[in-house]
Amino acid sequence: MTEGGELKLLGMWASPFVTRAKLALQIKGLSYEYVEEDLGSKSELLLSSNPVHKAVPVLIHDGKPVCESSVVVQYIDEAFAGAGPSLLPADPYERAVARFWAAYLEDKLVTPWRQVLRVKTDEERAEVMRQTIAAADVLEGGLKESSGGMGPFFGGESVGYVDVLLGGMISWVKATEVFSGAKIIDAAKTPLLAAWMERFCELDAARAVLQDVGALVEYARALQARFAAAAPNN
Amino acid sequence: MAADLRPEVVLLDFWVSPFGQRCRIALAEKGVPYEYREEDLLNKGDLLLRSNPVHKKIPVLLHAGRPVCESLAIVQYVDEAWPDAAPPLLPRDDDPYARAQARFWADYIDKKIYDCQTRLWKLKGDAQEQAKKDLIEVLETLEAELAGKPYFGGDNFGFVDVALVPFTSWFPTYEKLGGFSVEKCCPKIVAWAKLCRERESVAMALTDPDKVYEFVQFLQSKFGVKQ
Repeated sequence: MTEGGELKLLGMWASPFVTRAKLALQIKGLSYEYVEEDLGSKSELLLSSNPVHKAVPVLIHDGKPVCESSVVVQYIDEAFAGAGPSLLPADPYERAVARFWAAYLEDKLVTPWRQVLRVKTDEERAEVMRQTIAAADVLEGGLKESSGGMGPFFGGESVGYVDVLLGGMISWVKATEVFSGAKIIDAAKTPLLAAWMERFCELDAARAVLQDVGALVEYARALQARFAAAAPNN
Repeated sequence: MAADLRPEVVLLDFWVSPFGQRCRIALAEKGVPYEYREEDLLNKGDLLLRSNPVHKKIPVLLHAGRPVCESLAIVQYVDEAWPDAAPPLLPRDDDPYARAQARFWADYIDKKIYDCQTRLWKLKGDAQEQAKKDLIEVLETLEAELAGKPYFGGDNFGFVDVALVPFTSWFPTYEKLGGFSVEKCCPKIVAWAKLCRERESVAMALTDPDKVYEFVQFLQSKFGVKQ
């Protein structure tokens, strides 16, 4: 196991996927060089490190790139297994449950939600938010099942894999409420998730890493305007 | 005390599902005995609905009654729950980078193939043409990743091979729907598919390509897609 080794994270400040990687690195107490990418003018390093998706985050460890936020988080957990708490449990069944909810989060919550800035009409916006909120409802059940009543997190008493993946989205959850009025995590409807969000935000790693919500709202509004102005086929 | 007559491992599945086939291959590779149960997807059984209440989909692996859902989660579970049964499907713990590479490519396959193939049979005209272009691009990307290796993981059959190989039965269907030759654009992938089919686990799991095409034609008529 490498004692540290050189770690570099290619990212973009607003990206919730990059935030996931930062959270994992912070939780494990790892130091790294952060490189802010201009996604309108991607660096040679980014393009050569992630030729398939050309996207952030990319974690470069001793010159070797790891891509896709969920893969990056698992890599950090495994390559630095001695550092800090394990994000994935040891038991194979519990690991399978964590992977199930990670896949659910991606397919059912994140996928529709990502459309909210891109779609043109109010009806389409309402529909993607409906889907997103429906997924949060199901995720509430997932949190109950995963934590087993042991603690506020999917990982139980301590932060785990699914917590990091959802944690990366927190500032966007809050920003979405501001610019769209829609509450993805509503204490009245999903009390466990609401408590989860509060507890997660109290973590040192969260305080260090989560984006400023006001800045995200501004960023989101500008992005939405750009999409609206773009040609219909874009 | 009555013996527990429940089989230890049960797989709820559907004959032509590439996702179910991933699980069958993993179980066979690990030599894990299991009971295969064919689900009627138009009339889903109680056990399926109870075991996967979130998605109500196959495949579902039941191990001593506990359900595992999502095909790649199932494959990793099989790999981890029977750790002494050779071969390891994912690279071992001491090579986190190789594990990350395997997960990346399995994720890529999951994100791209099913979506492209579904659009290819469901849509017509320009949309179908786009689906074909996208599918070819995906196959070419996988071809480049395979490069000169026998398997995606290198010398040994592993996680990425398991993730992709069930879709190879669909190649003739892609060719018929899209009017192109998979072998022409991706000869290494075709050779790799042949190599994988020499494994009993794969040969037993994969659907005959003619039957796949028949099934797709059935889907097309069901969804009112002009053939």
